[in-house]
Amino acid sequence: MKLNFHKNHKLLFGVIFWGFVFLSLIIAVFPALWVQQENKPLPASEPMSEVERRGMKVFINEGCVYCHTQQVRPIAMDENWGRPSAPGDYARVNRPSVWRQTPAVLGSERTGPDLSNIGKRQPSAVWHYMHLYNPRSVVEESIMPSYPWLFKVAENPSKNAMVVSMPGDYGPSNGKIIATEKAKALVAYLKSLKQVSTDARPTAAQKAKADSVAAQAAKKEISGATIYADNCASCHQSDGKGVQGVFPPMVDDPVVMAKDPTKHIQVVLYGLQGKTIKGTAYQGAMQPFGKLLSDEEVAAVINHERTSWGNDAPTVTAEDVAKVRKNDELNKIQAEE
Amino acid sequence: MNKPSAVQSVERPLTVEKAKAEERIETSSKSVKLIFSFIACSAFWLVFGTLVGEYLGFKFIWPEIDTISWLSFGRLRPVHTNVVFWGFLSQAMLALALYVVPRTSQRELFSYRVGWASLWLMNLSVILGVISLMAGINNGAQEYREFIWPIFSLFAFGLILVAYNLYKTIANRNVKEIYISNWYILAACLWTIILAAIAYLPGYQQDGISQTVIQGYYMHQGVGQWFTPMVLGLTYYFLPKLLNRPIYSYSLGVLAFWTQMVFYTMIGSHHFVFSPIPWWIQTVAIVFSVGMIVPVTAGTGNFLLTMRGKWRSIARSYSLPFILVGVIFYAIVSYQGTLEAFRSLNKTWHFTNFTIAHSHMSMYGFVSFLVWGGIYGLIPRMTGYEPPQFAVGAHFWLAFIGVLVYSIPLMIGGTLQGLSWIAGDPFMESVTLMAPYWVWRAVGGTMMFMSHLIFAYNVWKMRPQSNKNVDEPSNS
Ligand code: HEM
Ligand code: HEM
Repeated sequence: MKLNFHKNHKLLFGVIFWGFVFLSLIIAVFPALWVQQENKPLPASEPMSEVERRGMKVFINEGCVYCHTQQVRPIAMDENWGRPSAPGDYARVNRPSVWRQTPAVLGSERTGPDLSNIGKRQPSAVWHYMHLYNPRSVVEESIMPSYPWLFKVAENPSKNAMVVSMPGDYGPSNGKIIATEKAKALVAYLKSLKQVSTDARPTAAQKAKADSVAAQAAKKEISGATIYADNCASCHQSDGKGVQGVFPPMVDDPVVMAKDPTKHIQVVLYGLQGKTIKGTAYQGAMQPFGKLLSDEEVAAVINHERTSWGNDAPTVTAEDVAKVRKNDELNKIQAEE
Repeated sequence: MNKPSAVQSVERPLTVEKAKAEERIETSSKSVKLIFSFIACSAFWLVFGTLVGEYLGFKFIWPEIDTISWLSFGRLRPVHTNVVFWGFLSQAMLALALYVVPRTSQRELFSYRVGWASLWLMNLSVILGVISLMAGINNGAQEYREFIWPIFSLFAFGLILVAYNLYKTIANRNVKEIYISNWYILAACLWTIILAAIAYLPGYQQDGISQTVIQGYYMHQGVGQWFTPMVLGLTYYFLPKLLNRPIYSYSLGVLAFWTQMVFYTMIGSHHFVFSPIPWWIQTVAIVFSVGMIVPVTAGTGNFLLTMRGKWRSIARSYSLPFILVGVIFYAIVSYQGTLEAFRSLNKTWHFTNFTIAHSHMSMYGFVSFLVWGGIYGLIPRMTGYEPPQFAVGAHFWLAFIGVLVYSIPLMIGGTLQGLSWIAGDPFMESVTLMAPYWVWRAVGGTMMFMSHLIFAYNVWKMRPQSNKNVDEPSNS
């Protein structure tokens, strides 16, 4: 009678309560405690700066994580986003105050692109400001919300204000758009999201996966159009027309159309900024792709640019790219420009 | 005008007349008031929360619909989820529990004052939570624990009061045995208190990875150890009661209970398959996700066997069809969940809209339908006022067709998203390909939302009225 669950409520609910406490400790609390003690920042990573921390706060408060993951899985389909995420990538994400808990940056839905490596993929602050003010100004088909409340409109912005010029009718009818401190912090945070090399030994499972990833990558065919869509179109646009005054068009661009591809290869490998083309000064920055793309991939994307949208310029080979890559002179010239 | 139509005649009315609620049951007016207040708050939060959900759905089609910070997607999404969790479903389930526990213990509720206090605390928590989330103050955007702790502790305190109240009622029961419903209901309260404590206490979730371990545990136990056992417990009461026959197998209910407790607790990390949390935790979660087949089959089998041969009574009742749909969805979403946990399928479906379909089939098709079945089964018998049958029918069909129109396209679209990623297409393709499926979601969502307005109207029609004469026939 006493030991009967059906009749003894103290026993029944005692077992229910303490049983659950016990299970929770072994499946959640102890493992969490253990990974927390084991987990160290990656040796190559830098501590977050004050402004980056503030930016992370904006990122969390605005709920960006409901659409963007920061979690690259050790499977082939996630390769585009970077190397598989390691625990150490998140070791510097911690509790901001007594009022709020450690933010959930890993995310659970990928309505928008993964951001683990966005600092490398999109280093241009100008692009980020335009994109935050109105995502459709740079990615036509985007469904991301606009964040105009992170900006102010002023008639006569002061000299050191961060002025954002929007193309066409995306901006206000009069006055200039100025990034607030929040927008600046958010962009600083986004630019800081770069994967660094993992010194830590990968887990057995990750290693097994990594091998199959490498095997699949080798097999994967290289498509200039896809590389363009993933890496270039956010600035130069999928129709190759660029964004007026910020990112130059690829259609009929002198470098793209030049017989000698050296300059074209050089720009893709080493990036470019503040260049005047056909009388227009472009303020956006282009990142170097030399470390992200192989010679074959660079050649493929260059050929895509040279033969699309009515462009009709001589194509290049991976050997041409390799030649430019090996020539340190060309690298130096670019850096000085 | 009054010419009888060939299709629609007295013998063939547009709607089949459903059975009237049976005789009114004797309940103290104190209890009627408290329970109805919980239901009324819950109906309000349902309408509010799904208005927000509907608006969120529109934003996928018209991202520029507004550019006001308080209404932006990232701030409203947690408003939607938290309101339907803590405002709508939690309060509706507790309303029913406040009836079922005293009734099966043959005892008045231990304390009405404590009952009212919990109602106030919970609603205060949800109101403050909504305001703070819209103002951009959240608890690290951790799903379902977005309320910062000072606000969520109001809810948790309300829950502790409820648990105390129910425990005392059960402890003072006038029967020997503790009916199985009470196992589930009080267990759900106790588990959720522990869960809230583990979710909010500091010390073991300070960095990004330990936070993730707790998050997986928390978000799954939220649905698995609060909503699921709560509605199952309620169904163990309402189904036999409304069918007027005992539950098929009592011991199957007991088996489902213990396996639910052990297996469900272990599976939280299947939300983070392939993530950098320790691989063994993920594997444990996947294995136990398969184990979930045991309690789910035991539970649904038990309910369906209780219903066997009674299909006519179900068709004649306006509350039982809700319960039937809820039970079927319980089985479907749980088997679906097991599939989602397998690494091979998770690869395709994780991060996609497939998960959103799963969430709504579960929280809506399963939990909400069972709750509605209970409400339509109970409230008319308590107050003596029935809702218009046509309106209940409209609620049922709009909600049922609505959730199918909502979730089937998202399952298809979500699968295509995953396949597009696997194929290595440019990312934007996975966004543009979703456009038609998001339109379907908006269509289904609109039907669901309309059904909620009707539900609110029905709740109003069922309200207790002080001038009601018990012997009068009901007013329909
Ligand atoms: C009119 C009815 C509803 C509509 C139109 C609707 C719409 C939405 C939308 C648009 C989202 C965000 C999806 C995304 O981020 O991709 C969402 C999320 C969610 N909704 Fe609803 N919703 C409705 C009713 C409900 C109800 C009644 C519940 C619960 C009882 C619910 C539970 C959830 C949950 C749990 C999520 C988060 C899903 C996840 O993270 O996987 N919804 N809903
Ligand atoms: C055997 C039972 C179940 C299993 C194995 C299961 C499995 C899963 C899995 C693997 C996911 C994550 C999907 C992904 O992110 O890729 C998930 C999400 C979800 N499940 Fe279940 N499920 C089960 C039953 C239920 C039930 C009964 C409910 C509701 C009461 C429910 C509600 C949810 C919700 C709301 C989510 C979305 C949470 C989020 O990721 O934001 N599930 N489920």
